[in-house]
Order: sequence, then structure tokens, then C-alpha cells
Amino acid sequence: MSEENAAQGPLPVVDFLKLPEGGDPYLEGHKCKACDAIYLGERSICSKCGARGEIDPVKLGNTGTLYVYSIVHRSFPGIEVPYISAIVDLDGGGTVKGNLIGVDADPEKIEFGMPVEVVYKDALGRKDKDGNSYTSYFFQPRS
Amino acid sequence: MTNAYVVGIDMIKFGRFPERSVPDLGAEAALMALDDCGLKIQDMQALYCGNLGQANAMVGQRVLQQIGQTGIPVVNCANACATGATAFREAWMSIKAGVYDVVLAVGVEQMGRGLLGGSGAGKGIPKEGLLGSGTMPAVFAEAGQEHARKYGTTFEQFAKVSVKNHHHSTLNPKAMYQIETPLETVMNAEMIAYPNTKLMCSVNVDGSAAAVLCSEKKAKELGLMGRAVKVAASVLTSDPWQERDLVMPDVNTCTRKAAATAYEMAGIGPEDVNLVELHDCFATAEILHYENLGLCKDGEAGRMIDEGESALGGRVPVNVSGGLLSKGHPLGATGIANIYEVSTHLRGEAGKRQVEGASVGLTHVIGLGSACALHVLEKVS
Ligand SMILES: [Zn+2]
Repeated sequence: MSEENAAQGPLPVVDFLKLPEGGDPYLEGHKCKACDAIYLGERSICSKCGARGEIDPVKLGNTGTLYVYSIVHRSFPGIEVPYISAIVDLDGGGTVKGNLIGVDADPEKIEFGMPVEVVYKDALGRKDKDGNSYTSYFFQPRS
Repeated sequence: MTNAYVVGIDMIKFGRFPERSVPDLGAEAALMALDDCGLKIQDMQALYCGNLGQANAMVGQRVLQQIGQTGIPVVNCANACATGATAFREAWMSIKAGVYDVVLAVGVEQMGRGLLGGSGAGKGIPKEGLLGSGTMPAVFAEAGQEHARKYGTTFEQFAKVSVKNHHHSTLNPKAMYQIETPLETVMNAEMIAYPNTKLMCSVNVDGSAAAVLCSEKKAKELGLMGRAVKVAASVLTSDPWQERDLVMPDVNTCTRKAAATAYEMAGIGPEDVNLVELHDCFATAEILHYENLGLCKDGEAGRMIDEGESALGGRVPVNVSGGLLSKGHPLGATGIANIYEVSTHLRGEAGKRQVEGASVGLTHVIGLGSACALHVLEKVS
């Protein structure tokens, strides 16, 4: 593992996670001006309405509500379980999937519709082959 | 347009055959389907072959290399878990279009063991277990949880689907498993992705199934109408845009769209259907499709499983073969195997699991990504 190839700071885990220098991290959506559909990641054509060249980047909200979830007890080798796979509807639009943290992995403790916030942390210590560390996003309950 | 009929159809007993090849498995089912109607490979005017794992490897031609290289056109197709049904539908279309009078459709798959989906690291670091889960048990758990969120469907109700389908499979000698799994056993089995336990996940198996399709004129000419099954509707849809589908595959809308079209094409309603083989890739999925296929009203699927309406002997038996949960799910073969099951009941040849008096049946598969294929089959009176 060659640490000298590593970048200065952590990299974003996905392209739609933005880490502005001197600013707060945020998730970026791409919104169709013609029909308001929101996408994660850049694109030029809207798959909802077919409009071309009508899509602009938008900053997505940092709060939302839990739509649905699954508690994953078996995954691929090397992946720590259990974890909560959560689908979250962000306030202001956009739906994102990620790990729900800060709550027991127990269906009794998790409620559909519960308010959550998006938090940004190190990607569970995972590094790429060049030794880069990554920043990821997570959801946690908010009161 | 001519009517199209299934005149020969069969499947191998699903299982694990690591020592055999994909074309070898496909060839076995192809010969069984030909024997079922007493025709020869020389009688076939085209072959439509469905396989996913070797989608770039000319499986259909390699089947013919085993059973007879007659020089007929071969179409190889892949459409995720709708692969077999798509091959069947291509065969059906060729008959409906009047291009051919008698054709063969084969679906075949050899599966590895273990989890499907998820994981592909792409660039950077692996995302599984970091950005939620892309494993199929979790994806379908989340789809089921949407039903739980709307209607209060319980873990126990989802688990009852597995109890039912495993029970059905004890009556099907071609199923991978023939084992009763009581409710406690299903609910206490290893949790894979809540609310799907291990016994609520379909079984990865190897398998093949094949069908001979015929135009009406040809079926009469050949004297094959006696055991023929009419294909009253064949429908294929893809997934229309949905608000959450970047992160949550939608298996509902494409099924509803296909069902509406299929009932219209067949000139029937869901109340006319006597049995259904639907895509129970996970127990959670079966619940969704009761409503998607109109077998009950929205919100009533939980009640439907509770009251045994979808069990053998119930109002509309679902997955009497044992379903993907217990018969097994060899992706490319599944669609034709479903059609085999329904055809066998319409012919009155299903033995201990026979749905008495069945005259109309429905088959349904979903390939994520997504494709939904529906077939309505009718007994020839
Ligand atoms: Zn648009």
C-alpha cells in the first residue's frame, strides 16, 4: 500500500457528496427545470420527462424522514453486520439511501417516518488501494 | 392474428448440477418439451433461448449443437429474472406475427451459491454496508417495508408466505426442496435482511425449462389440440420513472401496468384467474404482487395470506409449485418453469397439487432493472 499516492484530505465516497474547501459538506442533486425531478449525480437528459439540457445542480437538504429500511444481518465477506440500510426522503426533495446510525438495529426502535439528519463522517475506516481515506454520509435520528 | 398455443412443455427437476454445462441442461429440457408433444427438433422453425449467466456465449446455438443443428434461426436473450419469460414471449410473437407455425423456447440457468446483488465496488471503496445495502434480500426487504409502512403488514404475515410455499413444494417432485417449514421455523431462521429470514429468500439452483409453441392451424394439423394450452395474453413492461427509483427499484408499477394490459388482452378480470405463479423471489415480494395483480384490493394482502386465500384449496392459489422460495429460482429458466406449472394444472396433470377445475392461470416474473413479464394461459375447452 503506497501512502504517498494518497490525496491530502479525505475524498468524497460518491460524486454527489460535495466537500467544499472551508465550507460544510452537502449532498448535491440535479434537478430538471421542466418537471422538478431530482437526480443524484450529473446528467443532461431527464428520464422522467425527456427534457434535454434543462438540468441544474441543487443543494439537497440535511434533514429528512425515514421512508423505509432493512436491518442487514448477512452481507458479503468483510462487511461488518448488522447495519441498517435506510431510504430517506430529504426535506426539500430528493431520496437517498445510506446507513442509519445512532439507533439500535432493532425493528422495535426504528419508526417509519422518523425525523433524521444527514451527518458526514469517515467512511468506516475504509481506504482505497492508494491509501486514500473517504468521507461518507450517514443518517441519524434527530429529535 | 392466429391464436398461439403451448403444445409441449416440461422442466427438469431443479437442483445443483455443478458438473454439467449450461447447454447440457438446456438441451435436456428442450428434448423433454419436444417429447411432451411428440415432435422432433427438425419440426422446429426457430429457437428462442433465455439465459443470463452466459448471455454473451450463444447458449441457444450450443443447445442445438447437442440436440440437432438444423440451421434454424436462434435468438439468445437476457432480461434479468424475466429472461425465460422474455424468450417465451419472443416465441409467442413469432407465432402471432405469422412468421412461424411451430417454435421452441428454452430457459436455462446455472447459478452460484450465495448473495446476489450489491457489492460492486466501482471506483474508490466498497459501498456495501456503508451506503446501505444493495443485496437482493435487503432491496426486497425495503420493498416489503413500504407495504408494512402503508398497511401495517407484519413480519409474521411475510413469513406465512414462506410457510405456504414450502408446504406447496412438498407436493411437487420437481421442486428443489420438499420440506415443511412451520411458522416458528421460518421466523427463527437466520435473519438475512429484516424482515427476510433465510427461509424467506429464494433458493439459487440450476435448472431449465422449455416449451413448444404452435399456431392454431398447425396444432390442429398435427393433432395436438387435445393437451394444448392457449396463450391468451403475453405482456412485457419496463419500469416507468418513479420518484424514488434511483435508490429503490420499483417492482409494483411495472407489474400493475402489465396486469392491466394482460387482463384486457385476455378479455378477463383477476376474478377469473384460478391459479397464479408469481415472482416470490423473497417472501416480502409475494405480498406486494397479490395487490399488483389485482388478486385482492390494495391493503388486503396481509389478510389474504392470513386467511389462506392464496394457499392450495383457497380462493386463488398462488405458487402451488413451491414458488421461487422452495422450487428454486434458476433466473433464466424461472419464467418458462412458471408457465410449465400453470399449463400442467390446466391440463389436469398436476397430481397431488392439482388446482381442481383450473381453466385460467397467470404467470408473473420481475427482472430488476426492471422488466415485468406476464402470461395468461387458458385451458382449451
Ligand atoms: Zn424532467
